[in-house]
Amino acid sequence: MQDYVLQARDLDILIQVVRAEGFEVMGPVLRDNAIVYDAISTAADLPQGWTDEQEKGTYRVKRRNDGAYFGYAVGPHSWKKFLQLPHRQVWKARSNNSGIQVAEIVDEAPQLAFLGVRSCEMHAIAIQDRVFVDGEYQNDSYTRRRSNIFMVSVNCTSAAASCFCTSMDTGPRVTLPCDLEMTEVIEGETHYFLVGSESYRGARVLQQLPVVPSTQEHEAKAERAVQNAVRQMEKGPRNFDSTDLKELLYRNYESPSWDRVAERCLSCANCTMACPTCFCSTVEDTTDLSGTYAERWERWDSCFTADFTYITGGAVRPDTRTRYRQWMTHKLATWHDQFGSSGCVGCGRCITWCPVGIDLTEEVRKIRELEKINREGP
Amino acid sequence: MKTIAELLREHPFFRDLAQADLEFIGGCGENAIYATGDYLARENEPADHFFVIRSGKVAVETYLPDRGPLCLQTLHDGDIFGWSWLFPPYVWTFDARALDEVHAIRLGGKCLREKCEGEPRLGFQLMKRFARIATERLQAARIQLLDVYGQSPPPQGDTW
Amino acid sequence: MIPRVYRIEHRREEYPGTFTLEMSADRGRPVTCDPGQFNMLYAFGAGEVPISISGAGRRDGLLVHTIRTQGLVTAALERLKEGEQLGVRGPFGQGWPLDLARDSDLLIIAGGVGLAPLRPVVYSLLDGRGRARRTQLYYGARRPEERLFRHELNQWGRAVSLVQSVDHADSDWPGHIGVITGPLQASRINGPETIAFVCGPELMMRFSIRVLLESGVPASAIFLSMERNMKCATGLCGHCQWGPRFICKDGPVFCYKDIQPWFQIRGL
Repeated sequence: MQDYVLQARDLDILIQVVRAEGFEVMGPVLRDNAIVYDAISTAADLPQGWTDEQEKGTYRVKRRNDGAYFGYAVGPHSWKKFLQLPHRQVWKARSNNSGIQVAEIVDEAPQLAFLGVRSCEMHAIAIQDRVFVDGEYQNDSYTRRRSNIFMVSVNCTSAAASCFCTSMDTGPRVTLPCDLEMTEVIEGETHYFLVGSESYRGARVLQQLPVVPSTQEHEAKAERAVQNAVRQMEKGPRNFDSTDLKELLYRNYESPSWDRVAERCLSCANCTMACPTCFCSTVEDTTDLSGTYAERWERWDSCFTADFTYITGGAVRPDTRTRYRQWMTHKLATWHDQFGSSGCVGCGRCITWCPVGIDLTEEVRKIRELEKINREGP
Repeated sequence: MKTIAELLREHPFFRDLAQADLEFIGGCGENAIYATGDYLARENEPADHFFVIRSGKVAVETYLPDRGPLCLQTLHDGDIFGWSWLFPPYVWTFDARALDEVHAIRLGGKCLREKCEGEPRLGFQLMKRFARIATERLQAARIQLLDVYGQSPPPQGDTW
Repeated sequence: MIPRVYRIEHRREEYPGTFTLEMSADRGRPVTCDPGQFNMLYAFGAGEVPISISGAGRRDGLLVHTIRTQGLVTAALERLKEGEQLGVRGPFGQGWPLDLARDSDLLIIAGGVGLAPLRPVVYSLLDGRGRARRTQLYYGARRPEERLFRHELNQWGRAVSLVQSVDHADSDWPGHIGVITGPLQASRINGPETIAFVCGPELMMRFSIRVLLESGVPASAIFLSMERNMKCATGLCGHCQWGPRFICKDGPVFCYKDIQPWFQIRGL
């Protein structure tokens, strides 16, 4: 329930209160011509007045003609880098006369606040929770980090051209639980956040803010802003029906479409790095020069790499066709059977950050069309 | 005691052949016993028979000057051996040697092939049955060639 | 999850490049394992490899792994001597459904090092933990001297009737020469009453499954052990995905009926 109004000029107070509660705040910052997630200490660190323009293989930050704080969609980073660390040590081991000793590395799980989490990103985090926390085995580092997060979500009021959360039923309105939920409203001189708390911790923060109860007008304006994002996506080229994706892809393992996309795909792994749900990792074992001290490190991996499926003799997925098919079929189809939901949240990062502009939604359409032609003739 | 034709009828290879054909095939067949080491067939000798192995073990071999006999395959109870009688020049390509006491029905290929020339219907029936055995053996030989249990070639690059 | 340290008590070479380690837990009690499960073996500093469990002795508490040298880690494991240590994580995965064999004819089909994960099945039949109406073991290998557990195979005759076939051998080899599907085809399989456990090179498994189906063994009674790149063994790293399944936690043993549509997809 968002039932309070926080004036935009007081946003910094929110940040300072959250910090005073013991959290390090992570939020959007403008760096190297992109909006990325990093530590922030004041509202001045936020990319106020900036937006992003996104299309297949295209990302540009641009000045807005207003002072919106959250007037962009999503950048190349996702929150997963704070939860599933890109590179972390798993254990260390020593070998001497008395044998081998292995010691787990328990990494410190900092108290982090995520500021400006979009609905699609909350779904992505929930999806990773199902992978790392809810299964028979846990990723302990993720689980510890995850339990410490103070989550401030923001409803999207405008969508990038690459966005398709409405098709995946993951946004733009926040529906999953968080600590604070905000909608930024900016109309002429008016600039405020409609804000509500969903948790005890959130309520504690809210109590310390200079907020006033919202009126129906405040709420109506916020609703219109969110509806604006909905309309943009529903009218956009990436709007599609995702209800039968699993069956569609299960039927089309041998679609000629995979050959065509393989002619363009570079197997560069960008999509998997940018994707907020991709969770694959690998490990590296090393020793020092003396050979008596060893470490094991875990790092993000990608199903597009050559040695990902290596078994004795060679790779099971030896070419780009089978690797792209694995990535997309996993994301949209097999994920349902593995974890009970789609692995795609419609954030569009894989489209934007693909260097050759491969568009997942377009590939779905091609598979569907080729299947139809195959069945009914051209 | 069962006649040769009756024995043949019980073998899947001859299943559903006409009674008259079975009688004919049985008519030019006889029971044969081979002691360990006896040859049922020898490379380059006339191939005028084929065999239904009733019991025992037969090695299909070739001979290498520097290694002696090299076994390509073993045949066992119920197996059929020999199709060289069907194709000119009607000589054995490999040796067949009994590895223990072998009881077999030795069937006359020579009289059969003459009959088949005149009776294409029977010829086709037999050809289909031998073709099946030949394809099964070919398939097995191909899998053997793949050396599936062997060490894989050294993988390239960094591996476990 | 970190490895437990094990000590190598016995090491024997099965044949060049393939060896068996019997090891004991450095501290604490040995873990209990189901036949068909696997462990991740850690060679200090070199890394981990998934290796199926070829024995988990109840009396002596020894964990047995049979390993073929293929890469860096297995080569490092091969260099380990008796008395030296290695790390073990596990056991992981779903094993053979021995319970289902109780009232059936059990047909074990193994190829090459694929006999390793089936060895505990034979031992559970030998020591009475497992039961089957009757058991046949079809074992295919490259040469007589490239068979696993050669000194044990004959003793297994108490529990199983053994049919062996090798690709190459001298004529004094008492078994078959040729592919294992040959004798399998010739055997009188009581299809509807049979349950089959199959492990070996994927190609050999494909041809064996074909023979089994032709013999009337239902797809639901065929079980096979699959190999894919397993790194974490806990379903978290994504490597061993095979369609909707993770070999490490949903397998490595699968019922053929459940995986039939996926088994024929190439590059999955």
